[in-house]
Amino acid sequence: MPDHALRNKVAVIGVGNTDFGRLPGQSPYDLGLWALKNALADAGLAKSDLDGVIVNRIPDYQRFCEIAGINPRFALVTPGQGRMSGNTIQLAAAAIAAGLCKTIALVYGNNGRSVGAKYGGEGDTYGSGGAGIWFPYGMTSPGAAHAMMMQRHMAQYGTTARQLAEVAVTSRSHAALTPWAVMRDRITIDEHLHSRYICEPLHLFDYCLINDGGVAIVLTAADRAQDGPRPPVYIRGFSSATRLADSTFPDPDYWYQPMAAVAQDVYEMAGVGHNDLDGLMIYDNFSPTVLFSLEGFGFCPRGESGRFVEGGRLALGGQFPSNTCGGHMSESYMQGWALNVEAVRQLRGQCGERQIESAKLIQYMCAAPLVSSIIYGSER
Amino acid sequence: MMSYTKPLPVLDGDNAAHWAGARERELRVQRCGHCARLRFPASRYCSDCLSEDSEWVTLSGRGEIWSHCRFHRVYFKGFENEMPYTVVLVRLDEGPMLYSNMVGVNDEDIRIGMRVRAAFDDVSDAVTLIKFTPE
Repeated sequence: MPDHALRNKVAVIGVGNTDFGRLPGQSPYDLGLWALKNALADAGLAKSDLDGVIVNRIPDYQRFCEIAGINPRFALVTPGQGRMSGNTIQLAAAAIAAGLCKTIALVYGNNGRSVGAKYGGEGDTYGSGGAGIWFPYGMTSPGAAHAMMMQRHMAQYGTTARQLAEVAVTSRSHAALTPWAVMRDRITIDEHLHSRYICEPLHLFDYCLINDGGVAIVLTAADRAQDGPRPPVYIRGFSSATRLADSTFPDPDYWYQPMAAVAQDVYEMAGVGHNDLDGLMIYDNFSPTVLFSLEGFGFCPRGESGRFVEGGRLALGGQFPSNTCGGHMSESYMQGWALNVEAVRQLRGQCGERQIESAKLIQYMCAAPLVSSIIYGSER
Repeated sequence: MMSYTKPLPVLDGDNAAHWAGARERELRVQRCGHCARLRFPASRYCSDCLSEDSEWVTLSGRGEIWSHCRFHRVYFKGFENEMPYTVVLVRLDEGPMLYSNMVGVNDEDIRIGMRVRAAFDDVSDAVTLIKFTPE
């Protein structure tokens, strides 16, 4: 696990994003540069102040840095999977703490909507690239893998369709307060239950929204973070763990074991417990992931997540306001990046109508074959 | 016979022995020559002991439904005429898992934990798929 001495050693000093939606003519490089300009302005920095860059979903770090006209000391690209956003942030924090660089920009650009990115059918490689062998039986797509897991969760624990619907309905109620969210019309649980299925038991509203957009985050050493125009947001704790062996098939434990390991690390490192948290940013490629995360990170006992989310517990004003920007199912599928930006904006008090009152601690978490979590704090 | 338009397996790839077995009404998976761990789809290495020694063995074809889902969206044109269709994930008694389809049962009656056995479906002169039916 990461050294606890890294608590509060690194801070987010700038965040930025593009519009989200259909943005024809914008490559991942264009979207990343657009977001980076906004993040640099937010941080009060010039591009020459950056000595580290990690790009994600943008194909090539060299081309990106050439376009941006920068020569960072540390440059890297991480794979364009949503689960990598949390890990990329952790890698950046570790690189800064280790002195590989001082100020690093994480730049994400995704033109998936304009180019018609598909996550099912020919070309699907979900499940460590082995998906093609199942095409003769019609099996394809990460959505279907999550549908399989949800179906089993329902049979195993009695989780209901109505409980699952709470997740997407709550996200949409938050997106209604997020000016740039792609889907802002509120939905009811009944509307959710009557919407068309994509892969039963998952409905249309349980799926993330593939869109075009970019996100950038600028981090620096906490000791250098005080001079910017915005209050720094500190990385209090972070950790990751995986379940990659046998990952051709859904994990029978809903990724419980790697999440439990990460939970133990991240709360210890941050020195906080569940009830200290003011809000949660839960990776929500599909709504079941939110339920699995709440169990894996110990917010409720195993199998109880359906009952846990009833009655608006994840809504603004509830016990654990979650995905206050609308998340992947309503704001835009920015693969974890925009959720981390929302955590920062909440801790800065910049969220207007959707602001969590006096938010001081927010946890990001991602349940997947590669699990990660980060706890952000507004105070050291 | 109407032409078969669904995706077809790669018969001469790493899993050739599996598909050849299906033609002979057998469910074959790979077994590690060193530690005897069973695995499917095929892999060059045993993920337990990393041995490259392996052989293909025939299993009982019996197992139970681990989960299932029902596709309402067309991802493959060949399935267009049977929407919605159900895919099951079967855990074989010997351990390995397989995605497949059920025959001889209505979709509505498919249940997690249901006992199933392999049912071989000759979809063309060269290809047999391994589906399942209630035991």
